[in-house]
Amino acid sequence: MGDFLMPSLGADMVEGRLIQWRVAPGDVVAKGDIVAVVDTSKAEIEVEIFEPGVIEELVVDPGEKVAVGAVLAHVRSTGVAATQAPAAPEPTAAEPAPPVPAAVVAAAAPAPPAEPPGAADGSGRRRVSPLARRVAAHLGVDPASCEGTGPGGAVTRADVERTAAEPATRAPAPPAMPAPSAMPAPPTMPAPSAPMPQTIEPPAVAATAGDERSIAMRRTIARLMARSKREIPHYYLGHHIDLSRALDWLKERNAPRGPAERVLPAALLLKAVALACREHPGLNGFWVDDELRPGGGVHVGVAISLRGGGLLAPAIHDADMLGVEALMAALRDLTQRARRGQLRGSEMADPTITVTSLGERGVETVYGVIHPPQVALVGFGRVTERAWAVRGMVGARPVVHATLAVDHRAADGHTGGLFLGSIDSRLQEPEAL
Amino acid sequence: MSTADRTVTLTYRDAMREAMSEAMRADERVFLIGEDVGRYGGAFGVSKGMLAEFGPERIRDAPLSESAFTGAGIGAALNGMRPIVEIMTVNFSLLALDQIVNNAATIRHMSGGQFAVPLVIRMCTGAGRQLAAQHSHSFEGWYAHIPGIKVLAPATIADARGMLAPALADPNPVLIFEHGSLYNVSGELPAEREPVDIERAAVMHAGDDVTLVAYGGLLGRVLEAAERLTGRGVSAEVIDLRVLRPLDEATVLRSISRTHRAVIVDEGWRSGSLSAELSARIAERAFYELDAPVERVCAEEVPTSYAAHLEQAAIPQADDVVAAALRTVGRDG
Repeated sequence: MGDFLMPSLGADMVEGRLIQWRVAPGDVVAKGDIVAVVDTSKAEIEVEIFEPGVIEELVVDPGEKVAVGAVLAHVRSTGVAATQAPAAPEPTAAEPAPPVPAAVVAAAAPAPPAEPPGAADGSGRRRVSPLARRVAAHLGVDPASCEGTGPGGAVTRADVERTAAEPATRAPAPPAMPAPSAMPAPPTMPAPSAPMPQTIEPPAVAATAGDERSIAMRRTIARLMARSKREIPHYYLGHHIDLSRALDWLKERNAPRGPAERVLPAALLLKAVALACREHPGLNGFWVDDELRPGGGVHVGVAISLRGGGLLAPAIHDADMLGVEALMAALRDLTQRARRGQLRGSEMADPTITVTSLGERGVETVYGVIHPPQVALVGFGRVTERAWAVRGMVGARPVVHATLAVDHRAADGHTGGLFLGSIDSRLQEPEAL
Repeated sequence: MSTADRTVTLTYRDAMREAMSEAMRADERVFLIGEDVGRYGGAFGVSKGMLAEFGPERIRDAPLSESAFTGAGIGAALNGMRPIVEIMTVNFSLLALDQIVNNAATIRHMSGGQFAVPLVIRMCTGAGRQLAAQHSHSFEGWYAHIPGIKVLAPATIADARGMLAPALADPNPVLIFEHGSLYNVSGELPAEREPVDIERAAVMHAGDDVTLVAYGGLLGRVLEAAERLTGRGVSAEVIDLRVLRPLDEATVLRSISRTHRAVIVDEGWRSGSLSAELSARIAERAFYELDAPVERVCAEEVPTSYAAHLEQAAIPQADDVVAAALRTVGRDG
């Protein structure tokens, strides 16, 4: 028996309101399935579960506000039946099977492990293309739940994307109240994945949440920023970067594409930052308990201002591994979902560094405040045309002022300088991004 | 009508000849040496008429020793000339392998940069003309293994005319592989010479679903395959490698990062080949972009037959390329 707890969806979160269950007792859940929607005072977040299992009981009702760490639901781990059984083999017995209560045997033993649909060979390992796997991780889709239409029945990107789009057309979730007769499904039942119905009717709390949330979000930002400036000894560095090569390259690349497929300079800047993070892991992580904890992967938080005021900085996971097109797609997707209030828990919880970009309408320079417990924040101002001297010749070049705020407890100025330099040199070779 | 708008119709052979003649008019250090290049006009007629214009000093018939006349070319290059060595076919270049691999490719390195070998070696390559096992090899992939030389594979009339000049301007040895099936192909070119590069692969047909990579003699079949794929609802991008060493992998990877699928077409044998190298680089550099396994369409691993039907069965056809491309999108041919 395991518990599904109210997650911490950011360093600033102390409690959350459960808005909606996406599962019902008896549902089989796989790692990464979205099981609930939680309001964190910043946004409604879809919360994933990280242990596969069967939902036993929903402890908290929609609308309730509970502290981080409180039990939301009881979950029975998949395949746990054997360990639950009093496994005390008699040392002398030659009998291979430990004595197990008959009921447990009946429930767990007879069904062979469900072969995932479309397993192409006898190994039981599902064929999933590398691209599909990457996109699936990004979209929070379990590739095993997708129908494979690729070579040899392999799951392709299109299959993953189709599955990701599907919940909108599926039936709504069964009522959250456990029906008295509903028995938990045995874990070996071929349940491809937990049903993940989209919100069909708006949750009751959402209607009143608008104003309340914007006040709460302001308070959250206030608390977080005050903590940052109180605790973090910031140092700041700035560096002007010539973007002519990067923008020329982008222009050529974008020329044959429609507006919806174009890559914006922001994606190049993000990719350069992500690669610099990989090179300088000392700025990619968290300051916790008087020491630096490196981030597990480069998850770049992107500061997104909301139309109604306020700010979110959800993560693009493994941004260093994404090509610029994939990164652009991720950025578009994240911005849209942030503004619709449809972010996922893992996106809110684990950015390892934050980037704030002022874009076209901003000013030239931004000195950012670090998002604790992260240790660095990169700022990009507006790209402006400037007189720029190269080898004694002055010409007009598009230039961006990149700034870096670093927690001096975690890293010194030298590291910061190398980091900004790395961003610069990567932007001079855009084709390698 | 201005000269910029005028076009001329040339065969691949004419284009090659024109390129050599222009180079010889422009630079007196350039000369041509090889078997039957003078009085006979070249085994494939490429140098026909050049003896009359340039004389026996500059259009030199060589004795039947590939090692000797390739070595002579290397010596001339070391001494400031700009030789073009014509080896009749890649099959016979094996007799000059020592000169090419041990001398031409290494002298700059071994002399600490004191001596360069600005040499161009042209040769015919490929199968498909019923010339049997000893005259049908595609060994350009072997040469692409060797550091110190550049390997070109002009597949178009424009490249046949344009690649020689930059090859001669290169301070190091450059090998040019002319597929035997191309000499009679004709096409229209601007009358005004346009410079071409010898660094980049070229996208010859734009598409979104699968990238077909080819070069030299098979480019035409692959373009035909792309047209047929369009008819079956698959949008194929065709890349002409043009330069086999150093490989322009950036162009290939850029395409695959859009299409997420690749078919490599090579007339060489599959094992230890250029197609193997490309496939490995795609796996190394674009693994997370791939939505299907890389497909290769190569020659069957047999000595090439004289019999036409057996020969054609052994070398890649447009049908094979179409089938491989359909497999990458999860459809059976």
